[in-house]
Amino acid sequence: MRIDCQHVWEYISAYIDGEVDADLRAEIDKHLETCEICSAVLDSTRNVVVLVADGRVFELPAGLSERLHARLDRELELSNSS
Amino acid sequence: MTAPNPEFEADCIRRILAGERHLFHELIRPCERSIYFLLSSLLRNEAEAEDAAQETAIKVYLNLKNFRGDSQFRTWVLSIARNEGLGRLRKAATRREDSLDAETDEQTGDYTPAILTSWREVPSKALEREELGAMLRKAVEGLPAIYRNVVLLRDIEEMDVRETAVALGTTEGAVKVRLHRARALLQRELAPRLEGFAPKRKGVLGWFR
Repeated sequence: MRIDCQHVWEYISAYIDGEVDADLRAEIDKHLETCEICSAVLDSTRNVVVLVADGRVFELPAGLSERLHARLDRELELSNSS
Repeated sequence: MTAPNPEFEADCIRRILAGERHLFHELIRPCERSIYFLLSSLLRNEAEAEDAAQETAIKVYLNLKNFRGDSQFRTWVLSIARNEGLGRLRKAATRREDSLDAETDEQTGDYTPAILTSWREVPSKALEREELGAMLRKAVEGLPAIYRNVVLLRDIEEMDVRETAVALGTTEGAVKVRLHRARALLQRELAPRLEGFAPKRKGVLGWFR
């Protein structure tokens, strides 16, 4: 069975996560060898996922952790005295 | 994200319940990021998400004796965070289309990726440019809530499919579908604009353009 581009796109996310079975992976790999569009779609999707996941993109607001633990301290103290 | 450590957590919980309350700080610390970003995704307001994160931590502490250990500790904590967030959304009667309950996987949409014929990788080093980080944040924040929540837990907090499904009160199948759609939407939005952040190609004479 030859798979088409649309079919490859449907499985891109699962392919990136290593969740497609061996047969489908082999089909997709074969398609990617000759289809520059799907190769570019796969590479760009993977690149976007890596960039978005970088710890510098989503950072906790400054001081959030300190404020959280200060509030917890007050709560722990309250429960201690009750 | 800090990797969960079930032995440490179980030991901590035992000792906290036995009276070593101060250990709760260490127990909750590895979950802080996930709690905050899930709430921030639900509530879309930094101050409110922070307040809800504090409330979540307190509720986790007060309910610690109810943790059964049949899911990961962080998964349980995130379920509490999600309930906290949803409770606030309902109370505030926030725009209905942005509440988790109002969105389903049946919504139709176009998840066709941006069609490209070649791709030059944008290295993580490019994130030194603040405008790139801002562009990525804006794209994630612009996703419909059900997709945004999944991206935050799966790709940003690196939780597995099962843990994400439990924390969001949905199925593993729904998590996979949503993640696929979210990534397609992000690729479509971002790929054409990321071009400018890729390293310059060498020209025919070997010089950088």
